[in-house]
Amino acid sequence: MQKRIGNLPFKGTPEQEEKLLQVIESHKGQKGALMPVLQEAQEIYGYLPLEVQQIISEKMGIPMEEIYGVATFYSQFSLSPKGQYKISVCLGTACYVKGSGKIYEKLSERLGIGADECTPDGKFSLEACRCIGACGLAPVLTVNDEVYGRLTEDDVDSILAKYQD
Amino acid sequence: MYRSHVLICGGTGCTSSNSGKILEVMKEEVAKAGLTDEINIVHTGCFGLCALGPIMVVYPEGAFYSMVRPEDVPEIVQEHLLKGRIVKRLLYQETVQEDTIKSLNETDFYKKQMRLALRNCGVINPEVIDEYIAYDGYQALAKCVTEMTPEEVIKVVLDSGLRGRGGAGFPTGRKWSLAAANKADQKYVCCNADEGDPGAFMDRSVLEGDPHSVIEAMAIAGYAIGATQGYVYVRAEYPIAVQRLRIAIDQAREYGLLGKNIFGTDFCFDVDIRLGAGAFVCGEETALMTSIEGKRGEPHPRPPFPAVKGLFGKPTILNNVETYANIPQIILKGAEWFSSIGTEKSKGTKVFAVGGKIHNTGLVEVPMGTTLREIVEEIGGGIPNGKKFKAAQTGGPSGGCIPAQHLDVPIDYDNLIAIGSMMGSGGLIVMDEDTCMVDIAKFFLEFTVDESCGKCTPCRVGTKRLYEMLDKITKGEGTLEDIDKMEELCYHIKNNSLCGLGQTAPNPVLSTLQYFRDEYIAHVKDKTCPAHVCKSLLQYYIDPDKCRGCTLCARQCPVGAIDGKVKEVHKINTDRCVKCGACMEKCRFGAIIKK
Repeated sequence: MQKRIGNLPFKGTPEQEEKLLQVIESHKGQKGALMPVLQEAQEIYGYLPLEVQQIISEKMGIPMEEIYGVATFYSQFSLSPKGQYKISVCLGTACYVKGSGKIYEKLSERLGIGADECTPDGKFSLEACRCIGACGLAPVLTVNDEVYGRLTEDDVDSILAKYQD
Repeated sequence: MYRSHVLICGGTGCTSSNSGKILEVMKEEVAKAGLTDEINIVHTGCFGLCALGPIMVVYPEGAFYSMVRPEDVPEIVQEHLLKGRIVKRLLYQETVQEDTIKSLNETDFYKKQMRLALRNCGVINPEVIDEYIAYDGYQALAKCVTEMTPEEVIKVVLDSGLRGRGGAGFPTGRKWSLAAANKADQKYVCCNADEGDPGAFMDRSVLEGDPHSVIEAMAIAGYAIGATQGYVYVRAEYPIAVQRLRIAIDQAREYGLLGKNIFGTDFCFDVDIRLGAGAFVCGEETALMTSIEGKRGEPHPRPPFPAVKGLFGKPTILNNVETYANIPQIILKGAEWFSSIGTEKSKGTKVFAVGGKIHNTGLVEVPMGTTLREIVEEIGGGIPNGKKFKAAQTGGPSGGCIPAQHLDVPIDYDNLIAIGSMMGSGGLIVMDEDTCMVDIAKFFLEFTVDESCGKCTPCRVGTKRLYEMLDKITKGEGTLEDIDKMEELCYHIKNNSLCGLGQTAPNPVLSTLQYFRDEYIAHVKDKTCPAHVCKSLLQYYIDPDKCRGCTLCARQCPVGAIDGKVKEVHKINTDRCVKCGACMEKCRFGAIIKK
């Protein structure tokens, strides 16, 4: 899967860096620690900019090339920042046969953004995800951790409206 | 002693439809009514009938409430728990009889099911180890380490005929004995909970509803092969499963069921969790182990097999969640009991995640040898809106579509392969006449193109070319020659790819070509999509006899492609139409048709 690299300047804070260093420290000496470190780093920063990968590379003694390789391999890792509200539309099979493709298209049209993009105000980002396992409620989408199920195209506007302040 | 037990489903399906709130309100209302000492509220795992969630069951009556909303809870407390009057309007309609309620096991959905792997799901609170122990939990482990030798344990698993539930169906006992035979200073036991197959959620439900059964089985496996460390590789997309697994591991450690000198013997075993990061290929065993090692999850050629050289270069066994969930009962009830269930070569039961165009979407566990017709028509309740069954897709992106003429084939590993599909991990998606088989094949190929790790050429380039050919056909630009070429390419990809992902990626195309070739030909020759799905081949028309000239469609059209005055028949300008279908959805007279 092609990864989109964010073009926004890196805005990490010293507090975030401190947390990251603690995470790296806590995994010291553990076999195969890179994945858990990257996962926790993404939780701290919201994504994995090159600057963060650089810190991990130096502190863990793993070449940058290897870290970049891992970060771009897994779809969970994002190299571009996400919106305040991260919308994921499930395009797993059960949702797809029940029309989630149309819901995705409508969201994309309403927000004016495509896959893995963020609206200019940083409010919404859109992505297609694979099965979240709520197939009984198909089609579903999630906004951050909130799940919306049994959707129709008409629900798109009312869901978006909920997050407009 | 509690006089009543209220079971509220806490699986992902019901949690997504707000069962967490229901639990909260139930606790408040029960406290308000002063019933805290009399009513036991249990947050359980999945009941299986996700279509009707959130689900709540009240015992001793066994009242099965479906689609409960938080605002219904006070009524349930006041009427049912206080006055003993069941709230009929909230009951699952199937269970309602004139003056009594039917037991769940008599309903069509549950009647033909046999819950072994799911035995505790929807029964116990997965976050309380004592409830698991009360249902014979950890007894099998105790029996193994105190009464049996590792060889005896392996023999029971071997004799039971249990085969891997992750899809390929390799005999579990054989896997264990291979790893046991290799001498090494360190061995590993891994659990594959990277359920990447879209539309499948069996493993998630087991982990959410009964995590201890998996931990217990992994410890048994560790004893059998001589390993002291286990890893569960679970999808990060399953937060509830991960959390319950964490709680379960902590509790098991606290009770001395994991850690050093288990049951006072020399046996030591511990389990750690590794989170997957969303790569489908990591469901392949060698890729999964590479991923646990913290690298790009790329597969590598076998041999050496993991039983010889697996995780961190040490002998390793990897089994799927559902496989493990069967182990404790096999140890307790014996190989003979287990092998008496199922067909000649496929023993036991199989859990299916039934989804798509079917009434009762959810989790179903049936004995091997049950027919697809029984699952779709009886347990699943058939196809909604009076539509016709077209195909059932099993095995996800590695499997195939099974058409109506094979509905009566008894499902087991070998029969499914014989009809061009495969068991897979257990996703079962039902499709009706509105599903275009070429479009579905394209959907799966898009998935495999995306998920191919890129290591070997047949898979990386082959699936991409295959996708392009399918795309051409769905746009009406394909030729008959393309279909033949596509078929040839499928065999090349199958025969030359490195791992299971590439070797099975063409299956959705091959099986749809086998059973629905006429649909492909319609796309190519007649330039039509018989299911009216492929946009490029569609045209919308207004039936002049039905149009009342209400102007609603014209107002809905996002591109202004509909002309017409009030009370006059409207017309769609096909050059401008973007085929979004908004007009058709809004028309109240059914005047808009697509051809």
